[in-house]
Amino acid sequence: MVTAQERKVGIISCSGEGCVEGTISRVATRLVLGKLRPNETVTICLPLFLAGGKEEREFARDYPTITVDGCDKACAKIATGRYSGNPASSIVVTDLTKNWLCPQLSSRRKLNDETLTVAGKVAERIAEEVDVVLRRWV
Amino acid sequence: MKMKATSQEKVVVIPCSGIGKAFGSISRDAVYEVTENLRKDTTQTLCLALLVSGDEESLQLVRNSKCITVDGCPLQCAQKNVSLAGGNLAGSLRVVDAYKDNRQLKPKSVTFLDSDGQQMALAIAEKVAEKVDDLLGEH
Repeated sequence: MVTAQERKVGIISCSGEGCVEGTISRVATRLVLGKLRPNETVTICLPLFLAGGKEEREFARDYPTITVDGCDKACAKIATGRYSGNPASSIVVTDLTKNWLCPQLSSRRKLNDETLTVAGKVAERIAEEVDVVLRRWV
Repeated sequence: MKMKATSQEKVVVIPCSGIGKAFGSISRDAVYEVTENLRKDTTQTLCLALLVSGDEESLQLVRNSKCITVDGCPLQCAQKNVSLAGGNLAGSLRVVDAYKDNRQLKPKSVTFLDSDGQQMALAIAEKVAEKVDDLLGEH
């Protein structure tokens, strides 16, 4: 049985290179890991997972995961489902931002202050999902 | 005067964007430096995850274009995934190799690159740009 200290939720970000929302997914994931829920979360390197990483796929099979995708193509969610089982929760950045009064988002390379604020809000949303997943974990 | 390349003529430069260590972030920043600055008219990038998901447009692009991968670590996930997709792999670079050539740099930050990480990204970007020129015969 996994003890409370051993309970970890895997956060899998798409990190899509093609659009700023991919960068937001990446930054938000790092904020959760480093600041918001450092003791409750780990990340899985999606390119390694996709390339057949055994440990990554086993972790995603044995532990709950939350996927964070930049756009509705949902590559992280689809890959997780394909190789390890459906994620416990999935977040799509564009689904969130269309309901928020967002400023003009910045370039995909360097986030400006307004876009960093958006990434922070996405991180808070991920952290809420982490709490929900952990509460469900009996 | 350099002509602008069409989508299929552009070299596709693909980073691993690994999220666990600074090297993945450096690969990503190096590719943006090439595609948005150093060789913006002759290169482009794409979402690695979308390619591996089987997106037809991405598959056709990597199969019909010359590709350069930039990987953070020796596992070389970008190179592996582009090869698995049947991509036309014309070159591959690794951040760990640049680290050996620039031992004075100690990049640490993952989320936002620190000064050393940015310098290393620029060094790699210049190597990628040279490789692009080789592939396009612009020397």
